[in-house]
Amino acid sequence: MAKVVAYTGNMAAAEAMRQIDPEVCAAYPITPSTEIMQIFAQFVADGQVSTELVPVESEHSAMSACVGAAAAGGRVMTATSSQGLALMWEILYIAASLRQPVVMAVANRALSGPLNIHGDHSDTMGARDSGWIQLYSENAQEAYDNLIQAVRIGEHPRVRLPVMVCYDGFIISHSIERMELLEDEEVKGFIGEHHSLYPLLDVDNPMTHGPVDLQNYYTEHKRQQVEAMKHAGHVILEVGAEYGRLAGRPYGLFEKYRLEDAELGVAVLSSAAGTTKEVVDELRLRGVKAGALKLRVFRPFPAAELAKALSGLKAVAVLDRADSFGAMGGPVFIEVRSALLGLPKPPLCINYIYGLGGRDLLMVDIERVYDRLAEVAKTGKVEPLHDYLTVRT
Amino acid sequence: MSEELKGWTEIPIGGVILEAGSSHEYNTGGWRTFRPILDREKCTDCMICWWYCPDTCILVAEGKILGFDLDHCKGCGICAEVCPPKITAITMIEETEAEHLYGMVGIYEGKK
Ligand code: SF4
Ligand code: SF4
Repeated sequence: MAKVVAYTGNMAAAEAMRQIDPEVCAAYPITPSTEIMQIFAQFVADGQVSTELVPVESEHSAMSACVGAAAAGGRVMTATSSQGLALMWEILYIAASLRQPVVMAVANRALSGPLNIHGDHSDTMGARDSGWIQLYSENAQEAYDNLIQAVRIGEHPRVRLPVMVCYDGFIISHSIERMELLEDEEVKGFIGEHHSLYPLLDVDNPMTHGPVDLQNYYTEHKRQQVEAMKHAGHVILEVGAEYGRLAGRPYGLFEKYRLEDAELGVAVLSSAAGTTKEVVDELRLRGVKAGALKLRVFRPFPAAELAKALSGLKAVAVLDRADSFGAMGGPVFIEVRSALLGLPKPPLCINYIYGLGGRDLLMVDIERVYDRLAEVAKTGKVEPLHDYLTVRT
Repeated sequence: MSEELKGWTEIPIGGVILEAGSSHEYNTGGWRTFRPILDREKCTDCMICWWYCPDTCILVAEGKILGFDLDHCKGCGICAEVCPPKITAITMIEETEAEHLYGMVGIYEGKK
């Protein structure tokens, strides 16, 4: 029986970690993810988990210790935000390329500067090419569900990649919501035993992890990573369906909201998707054929599936909570638009940047996006392609 | 490297090397700028250089220093540095000069 609780996103993440009971957890505190490890450290101190908690001197060391522990053969988790993720940068790529399925909760927060502690996606969007799988969560429930699934996805023999589970800093990490927990035994059964592929602690079979890899083999190892990402797309669907049978909440690559007969659509990820769905409902009452698509999986990017889901629309707006300075638009827009351009009759596509540094995104802001979409659909004019939604001039 | 190169579907993921001791197959001797030259007449076989060489390139048989594994010696000069000052049995000379004087033998045993 599901247990109903009132938890913050951070409590939900810590609870998922308790139930997963990883062998090693190395972490360094940073707002707004600090609480995850604070709560988890209490579980360790109280003997509720068997985890070896490694307090380190920086996030660079945290991720390094995670990679080492995973290579040794352990199931490994950590958590961070913003500057902490930035300080891990070098080792993010190493975790992915050494194919260590570390699972990390990321409470999204704006990158400095100027200094800001609130939620936007500049931290994890910057890490989109690091080789990690990225799952984005709308609320505390999804953060919890995604973390449990992440263990299975990352450790799958055909994937073997690290996974970051992202949720909006403060908006989700610190807000209390109603959510459901699985029983400890259910989580244990779902994630199963951890089997390391090449455990360094297997002293009978000595091996080398992380050797120099020059012109003769580096490309082959990168090609393997591409393949692993392709497999991840299938595995995420399998695991999401199986999780649905267990928890009653199935997961896909994205969620389609009233898209079947929609003409105007907004594609968005994380907490803003909830607000967008509310706006869709209001517009529908007024007879506007509005729909929304909430992206859950950003890496691997589900280009073909997403293009198909949006193919019937006249106009699409992509909302980005991070910008890619000097590019054609925000990171989500760039990918969605290129996915759409493969369609025989692609919908018109525009981009809005919103919510930087934790700025609120209100329902009226999203309504303005749908108004603009109606205009775009009528006139066919997409300029400006990339604009700011919540900014003063 | 002389072995046939494998494709991405044929090798372990993550750059893992599954055999131990495979670094022996990688010839690092080509990185050398200076080559150690041993003066057998001065050497007392104290083994200090053998102990210190970071690449295990000091070749020894029956308690005697035979020379250097030039396929792997990177020419760091540590052996020459640690050889006791009263003995100084190892001299570092420029690799190009060494090649000219002694050729490119894997094991060299000779005099300055
Ligand atoms: S030069 Fe360095 S690598 Fe070469 S034998 Fe001496 S100590 Fe070893
Ligand atoms: S340290 Fe000098 S004396 Fe001692 S074994 Fe080496 S070369 Fe010979």
